[in-house]
Amino acid sequence: MKFDRPATSNPIDRLRVVGKPADRIDGPLKTTGTARYAYERDDAVKSPAYGCIVAASIATGRIESMDLSAASAAPGVLAIVTALNAGALGKGEKNTARLLGGPEIQHYHQAVAVVVATTFEQARAAAELVHVRYVSTTGAYSLELARSSATAPKSDDPADTAIGDFAGAFSAASVRLDATYTTPDQSHAMMEPHASTAAWNGDALTLWTSTQMVDWTRKDLAATLGIPKEKVRVISTFIGGGFGGKLFLRADALMAALGARAAGRPVKVAIARPVVFNNTTHRPATIQRIRIGARQDGTITAIGHESWSGDLRGGGPETAVAQTRLLYAGANRMTSMRLAVLDLPEGSSMRAPGEASGLMALEIALDEMAETLAMDPVEFRIVNDTQVDPEKPERPFSQRRLIECLQTGAERFGWSRRSAKPGQLREGRWQLGLGVAAGFRNNLVMKSAAQVGIDPTGLVTVATDMTDIGTGSYTIIAQTAAEMMGVPIERVAVRLGDSASPVSAGSGGQWGGNSSTAGVYAACIKLRTEIARRHGWDIEDTVFEDGQVRTGDRRMTLGEAAGASGIVVEDMIEYGNLAKEFQQSTFAAHFVEVGVDAATAEIRVRGMLAVCAAGRILNPKTARSQVIGAMTMGVGAALMEELLIDKRRGFFVNHDLAGYEVPVHADIPHQEVVFLDETDPVSSPMKAKGVGELGLCGVAAALANAIYNATGVRVREYPITLDKLLDRLPEVA
Amino acid sequence: MNPFTFERANSAVAAAASAGRHPGARFIAGGTNLLDLMKLQIETPAHLIDVNGLDLNRIERTAEGGLHIGALVRNSDLASDARVRRNYALLSRALLSGASAQLRNKATTAGNLLQRTRCPYFYDSSQPCNKRLPGSGCSAIGGISRQLAIIGASADCIATYPGDMAVAMRALDAVVETVQPDGETRRIPIADFHRLPGISPHVDTALLPGELITGVTLPAPVGGIHVYRKVRDRASYAFALVSVAAIVQPDGRGRVALGGVAPRPWRVEAADAEMMNGAKAVAAKLLLGAQPTTQNTFKLKLVERTLAAVLNDARALS
Repeated sequence: MKFDRPATSNPIDRLRVVGKPADRIDGPLKTTGTARYAYERDDAVKSPAYGCIVAASIATGRIESMDLSAASAAPGVLAIVTALNAGALGKGEKNTARLLGGPEIQHYHQAVAVVVATTFEQARAAAELVHVRYVSTTGAYSLELARSSATAPKSDDPADTAIGDFAGAFSAASVRLDATYTTPDQSHAMMEPHASTAAWNGDALTLWTSTQMVDWTRKDLAATLGIPKEKVRVISTFIGGGFGGKLFLRADALMAALGARAAGRPVKVAIARPVVFNNTTHRPATIQRIRIGARQDGTITAIGHESWSGDLRGGGPETAVAQTRLLYAGANRMTSMRLAVLDLPEGSSMRAPGEASGLMALEIALDEMAETLAMDPVEFRIVNDTQVDPEKPERPFSQRRLIECLQTGAERFGWSRRSAKPGQLREGRWQLGLGVAAGFRNNLVMKSAAQVGIDPTGLVTVATDMTDIGTGSYTIIAQTAAEMMGVPIERVAVRLGDSASPVSAGSGGQWGGNSSTAGVYAACIKLRTEIARRHGWDIEDTVFEDGQVRTGDRRMTLGEAAGASGIVVEDMIEYGNLAKEFQQSTFAAHFVEVGVDAATAEIRVRGMLAVCAAGRILNPKTARSQVIGAMTMGVGAALMEELLIDKRRGFFVNHDLAGYEVPVHADIPHQEVVFLDETDPVSSPMKAKGVGELGLCGVAAALANAIYNATGVRVREYPITLDKLLDRLPEVA
Repeated sequence: MNPFTFERANSAVAAAASAGRHPGARFIAGGTNLLDLMKLQIETPAHLIDVNGLDLNRIERTAEGGLHIGALVRNSDLASDARVRRNYALLSRALLSGASAQLRNKATTAGNLLQRTRCPYFYDSSQPCNKRLPGSGCSAIGGISRQLAIIGASADCIATYPGDMAVAMRALDAVVETVQPDGETRRIPIADFHRLPGISPHVDTALLPGELITGVTLPAPVGGIHVYRKVRDRASYAFALVSVAAIVQPDGRGRVALGGVAPRPWRVEAADAEMMNGAKAVAAKLLLGAQPTTQNTFKLKLVERTLAAVLNDARALS
């Protein structure tokens, strides 16, 4: 099905199942511990061996020699695979560094070997016996130092944009801001580490793994192993969190495949937690310079955003300027991205790549400008709203209700409590402050296919390689099929995460929910049409409802309609040019109240509200869960998350969950989420968009602004830890 | 994890004797730190002696009016004991500020005294660390050190003692009781229990090889207002940047110990004498000779400000 015109009314609009806060259909499996993750597929693979990755202990240099004798002789060891005996390996299209290093080492904890043994403990003990002699060379590990050598990157987004006369308008503006902000490297820190089980059958490989993108992993694993894609089957039934860290093929999958081939039996490999942080990808740090010029009435006349980030040679930039091209009006504008070569681990996507980092800076800048203008920061944003793409005014937003998000939020959060002058509210030991930020994330659409069938009992089965990374894909897909076929959700079975099924959008870029259900919609339309055709009914007059199919006074059950051998169809949603004609984005307003301890500068969040406008909400319960999870991640970004770089040795030092702090329950207060009642017929037949990344975008800046409001101390370097405030607070009374 | 032999000890004397026969043996109780270290091959004992079966899990009054805490008393049980809460609230509060409920249910009094530093370089066996591998060097000096010591460290190690319980015990003048492999017992004042690193940072405590902690004795209650204030980047489940354990008497006298700043719970008796003179005076004495790194200089100010808040709280409660 080609989607190239805005949706009109369709069976989803009935909203009997879609739009309802249905419980997760996979919930009982998760809560009883019976959902089997990639490392637990003992049901499918009998007595696998265990692989343990040996990770490089230098950041930059080469392996001079490896001594495997002690490890090979250790109890239970079945095989050791290194670059020397792995055979020729390719590299996945979406990988920058090689997943098996040697002799060249590209980053700290790059895998250099996998030791396979009968038990996990044997593999881990033997891995310690692999003696590697390295020759270290110096590398570039500091973005600040490498900044001057940064160059214009090649990426899907332009390195430079310019509209009007930014320099002239900025220098002529009566009110100006020119400030620099920094965001640190961050880790996805998902609960389930990267893990895979691999089994060969002749020249064919089956991989049970934890991936967000089944087809990408399949393709890149085949390319790395140098075998046809058709010889690889990837199964990813349940995923314990991804956040972008599992978009691409990683070392667990490759090492499990190589280990299984060498050992001649199935092998499972999980990347040990202390290795995850440097072995896999991370969100790169940024340095961002923002300049805004405005008239005294608050109208922005010039807005400029420059961002510097780093990555391994051949890598890409953190696209932190993305939102600034679209979020606020202003006739004169520029953005610029520069990329430095760093020899740190590979940078890549993490939840809302681009906007999450960009809004951390931009939305502080807005707050600073509002203060200079003596305007309320909510009002300042409203004044500068735009209903069209500011770079191409002929191109409207498909839906843009940022103003309503801001106004609704201000009302519900009690924004009028906020003192315009900072440092005025005190409650016991706490200095209190309120902050606001706009949330913005583009709505991406991806083609997505699904197979839908009905068996003689009327059970509807959906199969697609779509993944559920904790987001609720199983449930919204079941809701979609139930709505389309006129059955209750209990009469739909959903099979996800298997490359034997049609290729879906996968989970990433908050496109998964809308795109994958649109694919199911397409397949269901085909199925409805096929049923009508088989019975010689006019599809226009055929109703699917209450488990029955009927036309006029004729009716039959869905099972009868499917016939004795059932019926199965497949279709795909593909997108036309609507994305060119309309700018599709999602919007939010984030409100935060913080307390800052007047003596110690400890920062604790006291209340959070997100008001989101993101098209039709397919399931308010799972959508809310995504948004509160994202808000929690925003608290981490604001207050504590930072991969600390040892700039002498070139690695992230705090590489476990004790050192890399993320919020715990005690850090998170009451969180409220409001979804504006909205449909966006330009996005897809589902009229939905994504919320999983929107919920993060802007949160950290809202906190930063609340901290400023509480203390009068402006911190422009994330995370905002107490040591950055301490010197600037008044003496303890 | 390397292969190891394992035994269950029947008595404290037998456990210590066995440890004497097995050089490098480790006692295991809650295992909340030791097992992690064994998985990372930072601890590689060839022999483990399980002491969980020993009769060391009672809290009893002493003849002197104090409290004797068995080595195996779990952190949760100690924190919730009515006598501890009434007379040694500092200890209860310190315990409850540490770890998580699950860990406190497992962790024991003796084991908690022995938990090792959380310096990230100690945990990364690819990196030099004198505490982990004597003579290999200290990566933290000149590296990532925000969390680490500002006082009491040496040119060979700037790791901190990470715990909370021992900080309260230091302020309470606790005494650690042990039995040695030859059956001899001894009483080690908590002030002497944790060592400064000097040139041998791999030796954390005054315990001799094979020596087993059997309990901790608290002197008779000293009264006063008890405040334990732990400052950290997140609200729970984090090690202290700085913690302050203070006992303040109605007349303003008192005592104070710090956590998160030194290789051991940090108390300077001369600082106690300044309690009447306010936080600045106390902090100045406590941190005399401090040598912070550029990344943790903020702890100097943080100690002083936290102390000021603690003294304010105590005054308000008096």
